[in-house]
Amino acid sequence: MNNKPLTELTIKEAKEGLRERKFSSVELVKECLDQIKRHDKKLNAFITVCEKEALEQARLSDEKIKNGDRSPLLGIPIAIKDIFLTKGIKTTAASRVLDNYVPQYDATVVAKLKNAGAVIVGKTNCDAWAHGSSGENSDFGPTRNPWNTEYVPGGSSSGSAVSVASNMCIAATGTDTGGSIRLPASFCNVVGLKPTYGRVSRYGIIAMASSLDSIGHFTKTVEDSALILNITAGKDRFDATTPQVKVPDYTVLNSKKKLKIGIPKEYIEGADNEIRITFNKALKVLSELGHEIVDVSLPHTEYAIPCYYVIQPSEVSSNLARYDGIRFGSKRDTFGDEAKRRIMLGTFTLSSGYYDAYYKTAMRVRTLISKDFDEVYKKVDAVIAPVSPTLPWKLGEKTNDPLKMYLSDILTATVNLAGIPGLTVPIGFEKGLPIGMQILGPQFSEEILFQIGSAYESETQFYKQKPNL
Amino acid sequence: MKIDVKHVAKLANLKIKDSEIEKFEKQLSEVLAHIDKLKKTETKNVLETSQVTGLESITREDKADSARILSQEEALSNTKNTENGFFKVKGVIQSE
Repeated sequence: MNNKPLTELTIKEAKEGLRERKFSSVELVKECLDQIKRHDKKLNAFITVCEKEALEQARLSDEKIKNGDRSPLLGIPIAIKDIFLTKGIKTTAASRVLDNYVPQYDATVVAKLKNAGAVIVGKTNCDAWAHGSSGENSDFGPTRNPWNTEYVPGGSSSGSAVSVASNMCIAATGTDTGGSIRLPASFCNVVGLKPTYGRVSRYGIIAMASSLDSIGHFTKTVEDSALILNITAGKDRFDATTPQVKVPDYTVLNSKKKLKIGIPKEYIEGADNEIRITFNKALKVLSELGHEIVDVSLPHTEYAIPCYYVIQPSEVSSNLARYDGIRFGSKRDTFGDEAKRRIMLGTFTLSSGYYDAYYKTAMRVRTLISKDFDEVYKKVDAVIAPVSPTLPWKLGEKTNDPLKMYLSDILTATVNLAGIPGLTVPIGFEKGLPIGMQILGPQFSEEILFQIGSAYESETQFYKQKPNL
Repeated sequence: MKIDVKHVAKLANLKIKDSEIEKFEKQLSEVLAHIDKLKKTETKNVLETSQVTGLESITREDKADSARILSQEEALSNTKNTENGFFKVKGVIQSE
């Protein structure tokens, strides 16, 4: 192992180092906690840091490693987005409504990660209730982009993306309902996976929009991402929307198959020039790797935001009805402005006299958007597109204009409406700010995404670049 | 299209200050104006999508699953409004 700081290791490298006793889990976790102490005042990626619990878990992990335990994440420091319930650890959804809520049980994904030996270093900041695309809607202050702290890191899984990008942990969980993993991953130069809807259990994760929420994660490399999916994927008897689909070994990445990749013209047309230039460079690399690049069309893309911003707020208004201050949390007047906006929008679109014109119509348009992908996947193996039409924007730039903020989801929301998976991989920088691309496949095609992503990543190695903290 | 914020807030059990009604009205109207784009789509014979898994009628045995039951103490642990092991709420039915 070379002399790079332990915090810069990938999961793969950390596992090797722990197994070969080059360092201990306590040393690794302690360095992550020190990194948090050094930089989190500025970046604000964490709401809760579990220093005591993490060091105790690390100590126990070192014992297990000594005894030959080979659990896949044993001793590895990870962070959990603060909408995942963690038993005994405060879980706030980044909202003052829940600022004293201590869950009585773990989310299925949290239990799985703990079972695999992961050490939880803390709960990450996010847009409150996962409502946001920039990380600025948190009731605990905005999170900053580590590549330039005057810029947004993307949201809603802002803290999780930043914690991995700034080496405060080696992996972090997130959720993606309209782009909330893919956008911050692309803004922070990390790998972000939004699995197929239903691939990973939603049990114990504070619900935003139940037909759209996808449970995923951030890592430094594609290989690490596959490793985590091996652990989190699978049917859960506590989540009736997880189908019985076999979980393959996603880390098997050595398929040399040449694939046909579709580039949807609607996703390029609206993108800024600097995005297009970098994206074209990425396509050139994919071409050189042997894949066939063709133009495709997803004609209903322009209806994605109208459709998403009817269905999602409708489901939000229903899911947030449970926060009545009776069994947990504060009263409803504690909700922030964005939560109130979405609850009201959703209540309106579901209300008598407006249901048909808005909600029912949106559900039909959802079918059209899904069918667009079905048609395209008859011709290509995967679709690749930019994640954001623009570079990350400055903090405060869109906060006074809710519609402008919603339009940030213009290239990501279609994926949630169709329920398909998307892997975001870094493709470079412009003006010092990261850019990512999203690799999209049919439902349950995560293996293809990992295959394309890992070959691209080996060729370009953007993950080796670190922000100047 | 203008949203009647007062009416919708009442339906949603949200208290909106009078001083904020105009702000929310403006913001929500702008969003609705964009959403009205949906009217341009041809959806006459299109079926609605409520969910993308294709799953139907997922059931389980009607047996208490101890793995997802909270004890009374656990269930009450996140509020101070309790009495005799119950959640305490404002009176709903006024007795004579």
